[in-house]
Amino acid sequence: MNFPILSSLILLPAVGALFLFFTKSNKENNITVKYVALFTSLVTFFLSVYLWLLFDQSTSEFQFVEDRVWIKDLINYKVGIDGISILFIILTTFITPLCIISVNNSIKNRLSEFLIAILIMESFMIGVFCSLDLVVFYLFFEAGLIPMFLIIGIWGGTRRVYSAFKFFLFTLLGSVLMLIAIISIYWISGTTDVVQLYELGIDAKYQNLLWLAFFSSFAVKTPMWPVHTWLPDAHVEAPTAGSVLLAAILLKMAGYGFIRFSLGLFPIASETFTPLIYALSVIAIIFTSLIALMQEDMKKLIAYSSVAHMGFVTLGIFTIQQQGLEGSILQMISHGLVAAALFLCVGVVYDRMHSRLINTYGGIVSIIPKYSVLFMLFTLAALGLPGTSGFVGEFLILMGAFKDNFLVAVIASLGVIIGAAYMLWLYKRVVFGKLVNSDLKQMVDLNKSELFILSCLAVPTLFFGFYPEPLINTIEVSISNLITVYNSNLISN
Amino acid sequence: MTNLALVFPEIFLSLSIMFLLILGVFKKNSSKLIQNISLIILLITSVIILNETLGIQETLLFNSSVVIDYLSSFMKIVTLLAAFLVLVISSNYLKTLKIFKIEYPILILSSVLGMMIMISSNDLIVFYMGLELQSLALYVLATFNRDQLKSSEAGLKYFVLSALSSGLLLYGCSLIYGFTGSTNFNIIANQLNSNEYAITFGIVFILVGLAFKISAVPFHMWAPDVYEGSPTSVTLFFTMVPKIAALTVFIRFLYVPFLNLIDQWQMILIFLSIASMLFGAIAAIGQTNLKRLIAYSSIGHVGYTLAGVATGSNDGIQSSVIYITIYILMNLGLFSCLLMMKRNNKYFEDIEDLSGLSKNHPLMSLSLLVILFSLAGIPPLAGFFAKFYIFKSVLEQSMYFLAIVGLLSTVVAAFYYLRIIKIMYFDKEKEKYDTDHSLWLKFSLMFSTLLILIYFIFPGQLIEVVSRINII
Repeated sequence: MNFPILSSLILLPAVGALFLFFTKSNKENNITVKYVALFTSLVTFFLSVYLWLLFDQSTSEFQFVEDRVWIKDLINYKVGIDGISILFIILTTFITPLCIISVNNSIKNRLSEFLIAILIMESFMIGVFCSLDLVVFYLFFEAGLIPMFLIIGIWGGTRRVYSAFKFFLFTLLGSVLMLIAIISIYWISGTTDVVQLYELGIDAKYQNLLWLAFFSSFAVKTPMWPVHTWLPDAHVEAPTAGSVLLAAILLKMAGYGFIRFSLGLFPIASETFTPLIYALSVIAIIFTSLIALMQEDMKKLIAYSSVAHMGFVTLGIFTIQQQGLEGSILQMISHGLVAAALFLCVGVVYDRMHSRLINTYGGIVSIIPKYSVLFMLFTLAALGLPGTSGFVGEFLILMGAFKDNFLVAVIASLGVIIGAAYMLWLYKRVVFGKLVNSDLKQMVDLNKSELFILSCLAVPTLFFGFYPEPLINTIEVSISNLITVYNSNLISN
Repeated sequence: MTNLALVFPEIFLSLSIMFLLILGVFKKNSSKLIQNISLIILLITSVIILNETLGIQETLLFNSSVVIDYLSSFMKIVTLLAAFLVLVISSNYLKTLKIFKIEYPILILSSVLGMMIMISSNDLIVFYMGLELQSLALYVLATFNRDQLKSSEAGLKYFVLSALSSGLLLYGCSLIYGFTGSTNFNIIANQLNSNEYAITFGIVFILVGLAFKISAVPFHMWAPDVYEGSPTSVTLFFTMVPKIAALTVFIRFLYVPFLNLIDQWQMILIFLSIASMLFGAIAAIGQTNLKRLIAYSSIGHVGYTLAGVATGSNDGIQSSVIYITIYILMNLGLFSCLLMMKRNNKYFEDIEDLSGLSKNHPLMSLSLLVILFSLAGIPPLAGFFAKFYIFKSVLEQSMYFLAIVGLLSTVVAAFYYLRIIKIMYFDKEKEKYDTDHSLWLKFSLMFSTLLILIYFIFPGQLIEVVSRINII
């Protein structure tokens, strides 16, 4: 391997952050600081797109692999990507510049620290999606807690301290068990290298416990019912850019982890625990959708809808069908775009009215029409209207689910209807109806940067809704290989 | 004929102490001079050890009552360097409190000498001698701010409780002597008859004494009071240096004479470890004084260190040594911050005094942030790797219960570290602190923070250094 493109991808944002650290922050050069951050994240984005162009879609092998001794006889620094990881990397690098543009209005103090936190976060998240060694993965996975804790805690809303602590402690509690499992795997198999572990397989008698340990971490991070309670708090209190990062990328780390590690390393246990996942997913879909119906805070409503959407994702992953898995990944990508956009939409009106309560609004369609159009688009994408990316994912997941378990699929389909109900009702209450609150008349429509961000998100949402081929082509081979390996491991044990 | 060259560092150190004492008596106002000479002496001693004894094979001296091997040389160097750093950053603090006296460096040197003897001991009597030498110096150090009630109380409390534990320890030694006929570790190992329950009693008594010195639960009660009452620079010394010597004795005492009785002492160590980790984590939550909080946090960290010792394997010992080294580094940074917290020559030590630190002192609070996350064991900071090695060796022995309790208590412990971060970053700012810190203080804070931060780039180095420790 000649040029360490993945490592540079991981390091780039961190280098940008380091650069920002040495730039003195005051009122005048706030703009400079922002341009430095934006420039860094854009370079990272273009590098990742370049990576996608170089990426060979016809093989399921890991590509761009870098393997260096990190701690002798213990850990290798090993990174590499396949069709599954590259999409998440691009999602990460795509969302981050948008976050940075969006901080214009919402972050008033300590701007450069905020941007440093976001860039560091980006580094860690790219690292999560690249790493091919369990310890390296854990390192990046956990390290992300630090910047996110600070983002929520320093720049968050009124209950930020409570939310930041809850977020940190919940996820840490889940993850320490995974650390035990990772070290145990080292002693059982003699390596933590994922590729080698795929070949070696893990002894059947250990799989259940190890699976549960990984599950405890991923379930908290996904989040699955009943450990989802940190998410609404974290979302509501985090600043807009923080919510966007959280919803668009952080939640995907767990879904990615399920695919890469739970399915890949513990096929037997995955088979055993599929009913558990189905049950939790279905509960998440129905239960949190019903909760979302009752919310009065817009951000909370979208947070609960995230839980429901992630319920679909876990359901799709554990169907172990080609469609189900592809659907799950598309759903994650789509949710990354749509949830990010919805949080930004809430951020737009929050910046103007300083209220997230639904009943503050109503009848704003004639005051801010551009906003209403884009908000409409994302609402429809969230409920999975055909022609938006939300539809493709949900449809494929349900198709996979019908093949595997009819009952689960039927109940999950009910969730789609409730999903449509709460999203449309939200839209109706905020945008249509009578204009009661006269303060709303002061609202100005989207400014250029907001319009730009939301359009950037709208284009792929629509594009991949009509033409998901590029995404599916990228992941297809990797997924079919994953399923083949999974089934052969299942039989050989 | 005993090769005196190998104990030259100890001889050099004791001669220097006597010289400094005489110098202090005859030359007026020589505190600064003596401080500087002590620093040089500490450096020279560590260089001698580095050159003369670090590379050599295990050698027994003085009727095999003293052992010089890689473990002892390495731990001595760590002790000396830690003492050097303590001494170098405490001078400003002592001057502010007007207790910058000649005795301070001399007492530190004497206790370091005691620790070096402890580290090298291969005999119960030599071990006890070293222990008492270091303890006597520590009692005086604890009361060093003698005009303050709390400091005197701390010293007295430490003295009384420490004497009690020494008594228990001696009783244990006498039991072991009575049933094996020797005080020498190697002879004890040969004479061991595992059916003799009195020996187990002896081990238990000695372990109680040692647990007291290293402040492991349930023998930790003195630690919070003494840490709080002593002058901060002495607290820094307490939290770092004696633990290195105590850990070495723990390792040597358990692994050289009593390795065959591992079934007997392993349970005790697991208990000490679990109790320390849990208690340290839970009791720290309610603290409002930073020094008390650090006391409980150090109890917790001792628990992790003992978890490595409890494994009964070379890997475990090495991971304990790594843990204590990284722990010392983190503590150094933590206390450097504590020593910077003064307004108008008055030091503050409540957690609330950190409020809004990030606004007024962004760099200092950033360093503290890194150190605290590292203490909590969050990757990619050095503290995570320390815990990682410990749990790696614990799980190698399939001690799942210990590993799970240990990792769960890191979550509890994370809470109180986060609380400090919350106060620094999320709360309203207070008045600014003075910024006239000594260069050394700034250096030690930068040094420890940077090492903690970039440790992940070269984690292999420390392992390589430590991997030559071979006890079993």
